[in-house]
Amino acid sequence: MNLPGKLSRSGFGSLVMIALVLGGGAAAFAYTAGWLSPGRLTPERMIAALTPPSGAPLGHRRNHAKGICFTGIFEANGNGVELSQAKVFERGTYPALGRFNLGTADPNAVDATIRVRGLGLQIAAADGEEWRMAMINPPFFAVSTPQAFHDLLIASGKKEPEAMKSFIQANPEFAAFAAWAKTAPWTASYAEEPYHGLNSFIFTDARGGEHAVRWSLLPAARIFPVSQAELKTHGPDFLEHEITERVRTAGPQRWTMVTTVADPGDPTADPSKAWPENRRTVQVGTLIVQRIEPEQDGPCRDINFDPTVLPRGIRVSDDPFPAARSSVYRKSYDLRAAEASDYPRTVAAKP
Amino acid sequence: MSNASHRFAPIQRLLHWLMAACIIAMLFIGVGMVSSVAPTYLPLILIHKTLGVTLLALVVIRLALRLHYGAPPLPADLPPAIKLGAQLSHLALYGFMIVMPLLGLGMLWAAAYPVVLYGRIHIPALLPQSDRVHTLLWNAHLYLGFAFFALVLLHLAAALFHALIRRDGVFGAIALFPLRNRTTPAE
Repeated sequence: MNLPGKLSRSGFGSLVMIALVLGGGAAAFAYTAGWLSPGRLTPERMIAALTPPSGAPLGHRRNHAKGICFTGIFEANGNGVELSQAKVFERGTYPALGRFNLGTADPNAVDATIRVRGLGLQIAAADGEEWRMAMINPPFFAVSTPQAFHDLLIASGKKEPEAMKSFIQANPEFAAFAAWAKTAPWTASYAEEPYHGLNSFIFTDARGGEHAVRWSLLPAARIFPVSQAELKTHGPDFLEHEITERVRTAGPQRWTMVTTVADPGDPTADPSKAWPENRRTVQVGTLIVQRIEPEQDGPCRDINFDPTVLPRGIRVSDDPFPAARSSVYRKSYDLRAAEASDYPRTVAAKP
Repeated sequence: MSNASHRFAPIQRLLHWLMAACIIAMLFIGVGMVSSVAPTYLPLILIHKTLGVTLLALVVIRLALRLHYGAPPLPADLPPAIKLGAQLSHLALYGFMIVMPLLGLGMLWAAAYPVVLYGRIHIPALLPQSDRVHTLLWNAHLYLGFAFFALVLLHLAAALFHALIRRDGVFGAIALFPLRNRTTPAE
C-alpha cells in the first residue's frame, strides 16, 4: 500500500479536497433540509402555530380536529364535461366519502364556539382516479398567502391586543373575513351550510381548453339563521347529533356543486379575493349525504383530504394555498397516524 | 495487464453514473420537499415519486447486469479490512436502492394516498390503509434516507481516495471515460 506514512504534498492537497467535497455535500444537504434556515416556513412551523397552548390534539388532525364522517354519492349531471375532462363530471353517480368538521385544533371544542365549519370530501371515479377537497363556509379565505395564515395564527394566539392590530395592518385583506365572522348568520346544522373550495384550480376540457375555476357546495336544506347566543344553549356536540338525526329521520341531505369560471384577469392566486358576482357558474352535480358515522371508527378517519389529490382534468393554479395545505396536511396525517393509540378505535382495526 | 477486465462494462458504468446523479437528486429533493410549503412542493413530490419508481426499475436492471458481467477485482494490495468494508458498503448501497423506493411506495399506500406519477401513471395500491404500517414505513424511509446519504458521502470519499491518493485503478474501473494514465503500476 502506498499509504500512509509519506503523504506527498499533492496527497495532502487531495485529502483537503476530499474533506471539502464531503463537508460541502453535507452542508448543502443541511441547507436543503432547512436546518440552516430557522426562518423558513415549514410544515412543522405551521403545525406549531396551529397547536393550542393546551397541547397538540394527539391522534387527531392538527386543524379541523373535530368532525364526523359521512358517506354517500356524487351525482354528476354531465354539465361539467364542457369545463373538465375529469370522469367525475360525466353523467353518473360516484361514491363519495367525507367529513363535516369545525375549524379548530381542539377535538373537544364546544360546537357553538367555532365560527368556521368545514366539509372534507373524496369522490372516486370509475377509472380509479380520486378527487379530494376540503372546503369551509366563509365565502372567501381570511388571508392572501400561507405565510399570512401562519402570522394570523401566531397573532391570534397572543394575549396582547397589539398583536392582532399589527397583523391586520400588515394584512388588510383580513378585515373582510373579520366582518364575515361578525355578521354572517349562524345555523344550527351542518346541513344548512354552504361549503366553499375558495382555492382556484384549472379545469382542462377534452379539447385542451383551460378554465380557471372555484367551486362551492350549496345546501338544498332550508336555512334557518340563528344567533350564536341561542346555539350556546345547545349541547357541546349538537352539530354531530343534529346531522346524525337529520339524515336518519329526514333522509339524505343534498348540496349542489357549483363551479364558478373566472374571467381573464380575475385573481386566481388570492383566495381572500372573491370574484365578481356576475361570473359564469355551472352546476355540475349534487352531493348526496346518505349515512353519518362517528369519526372514531368511521371511514373518513383514514383519509387526508389533501386538496391536491386531483383527477385528470383538474390541476392546481397559481394559488399558493393547495401546495401549502398539501404539505401541512401530510405532516398532520403523519403525526396523527403515529399517535393513533392516543385516539383508539372502539372496534378492531381492519386487517 | 488487460485494461478491459479491470473496468466495468460500459453499460454498467453508464448506469452507475446515471443512477448516482438521480439518487443524489432524490435525497436532496426528499429532504427539501418535506421542509417546504412553497408551490414547488407539488412538482418536487411528483418528481420524487416518478424518479423513485424509475430508480427501482433501474436497480433491477443494474443487478442483472452485475450478475451477468460481474465486477473487476479490487487491487490485490488492498488490506482485507478495507476490502470487506468495500464489499459491505456496496451491498448496503444496493440494499438502499432496492428498499427506499419500496418503503416510499408502501408508506403512500398505507396512508391511502393514490400514487400518481408524471404522465398520470397510476400505481395501484398493494397495501391497505394502516396507521401503524404507514408510521413504520415512513420512519424507515426517513431515517434510512439519512443513512443512505451518509453512505453516499462515504462512497464518494472512498472513490476520491482511490482516485486521488491511492491511484490504484479502482476509480478508473467505474469512470465513464478512460482516465489519463494516472494509475500507478501494479507493483
